[in-house]
Amino acid sequence: MGLDFSVVPSYLDALFLGALWTVAITLSSAVLSFFGGIGLAVIALYAPLIIRLPFRLFAWLFMGTPLLLQLFLIYFGLIEIGVDLPAFVAGVIGLGLHYAVYNSDIIQAGILAVDTGQHEGARTLGLSRGQTIRKIVVPQAVRTVLPPIGNNMIALLKDSALVSVIGVAELTLTSQLAISKTFRPFEFYLAAAAFYYVINLGLEFGLRRIERRIQIAR
Amino acid sequence: MDFDLILRVYPYFLEAALVTVQLSVLSIALGLICGSLGAAARLSRSAPLRFVGAAYVSVFRGTPALIQLFILYFGGPQVGIQLDAFEAGVIGLGINIGAYMTETIRGAIIAVDKGQTEAARTVGMSRSQTMRKVILPQAARLMIRPLGVNINAQIKGTALVAAISVVELTYTAQRYIGSTYKPFEMFLLSGVIYMVLIYVTGLGVSWLDRRAVIK
Repeated sequence: MGLDFSVVPSYLDALFLGALWTVAITLSSAVLSFFGGIGLAVIALYAPLIIRLPFRLFAWLFMGTPLLLQLFLIYFGLIEIGVDLPAFVAGVIGLGLHYAVYNSDIIQAGILAVDTGQHEGARTLGLSRGQTIRKIVVPQAVRTVLPPIGNNMIALLKDSALVSVIGVAELTLTSQLAISKTFRPFEFYLAAAAFYYVINLGLEFGLRRIERRIQIAR
Repeated sequence: MDFDLILRVYPYFLEAALVTVQLSVLSIALGLICGSLGAAARLSRSAPLRFVGAAYVSVFRGTPALIQLFILYFGGPQVGIQLDAFEAGVIGLGINIGAYMTETIRGAIIAVDKGQTEAARTVGMSRSQTMRKVILPQAARLMIRPLGVNINAQIKGTALVAAISVVELTYTAQRYIGSTYKPFEMFLLSGVIYMVLIYVTGLGVSWLDRRAVIK
């Protein structure tokens, strides 16, 4: 059984649609992981111990176990407790929370790197503690740590392939459907890889532009 | 939380964990080989070799590991590569992590102060002697921690082979979730095993790192 790429073009529309879903799930989870990461970082640094501890346990669990396992837990676990979420939402929650934990680590380092004078200055001007964190410290911290967060986003794009196992019809699952009709795994997975590669290049380009803009603004 | 169930099924999880350990060890070993070759290619004087190294890193880091695994396992037979799921898992994951390790190893090598090379060449060492006797011993110390990060990621990354039905920890958890409808218990059980594996590996990496410090 040799290779025959002539079967791929008739499924290009479907693959494009799958790629769009991959982009959608990546962007949604990226947004969730970004703000989730900020939230987790602020809790880890400023919340009282009683709140901090359960969150630390959560972060520890999510960093120490595979994403695939977490997706199974979220998808099947939520059904178990009576919440029947669409696979897309479960996928976004799983990917978003997983990367929120990783982003939180980076953002914490960023917050600690912000000059303490900024904090003192803001408090002296009469800003409350919450205002200082929200308007002075976090915006500066996020700027400095944007490149490593961007790397996480790129990793997130590639990990979005995992949500195919809980039935989200993104690029990977779409190519699997095409394979089940044509029995041509090599051709279609290679096509999917090409799509991922192009999306990846686009994402890297976008991230670099954002980084540049933020550097000029400083 | 159904602890009776956990006590009943945990032996199967331990058996599966053994497969996860085998997958991790073999794929990490392969990754280190690919990473060393990749780094050598990227730092080579020959432009075609440098291109091959850069393309390897770009392609394997630019596409999902899951897709690479699928191409190897499901697509392999079409081009005459017949592998069982475990072999495909080791080879696919090993080549994938090798691309990340290429950058780690290369990063450590170029992080060694340039003056070291210059001095070694000045005292009459050849290029390869300089690399073997001066640069690599210093770079090896620098790469322990970042390689530890790659290894940590890879232990969790072995979960991917559940998608090609290798009976390892995640596949086992998934199967028991399906048959018992107890996702939290199964997650806890397999999660604890993963964390123990990662913790123990982390201890090993820290120990190596401490030993490698020049006093």
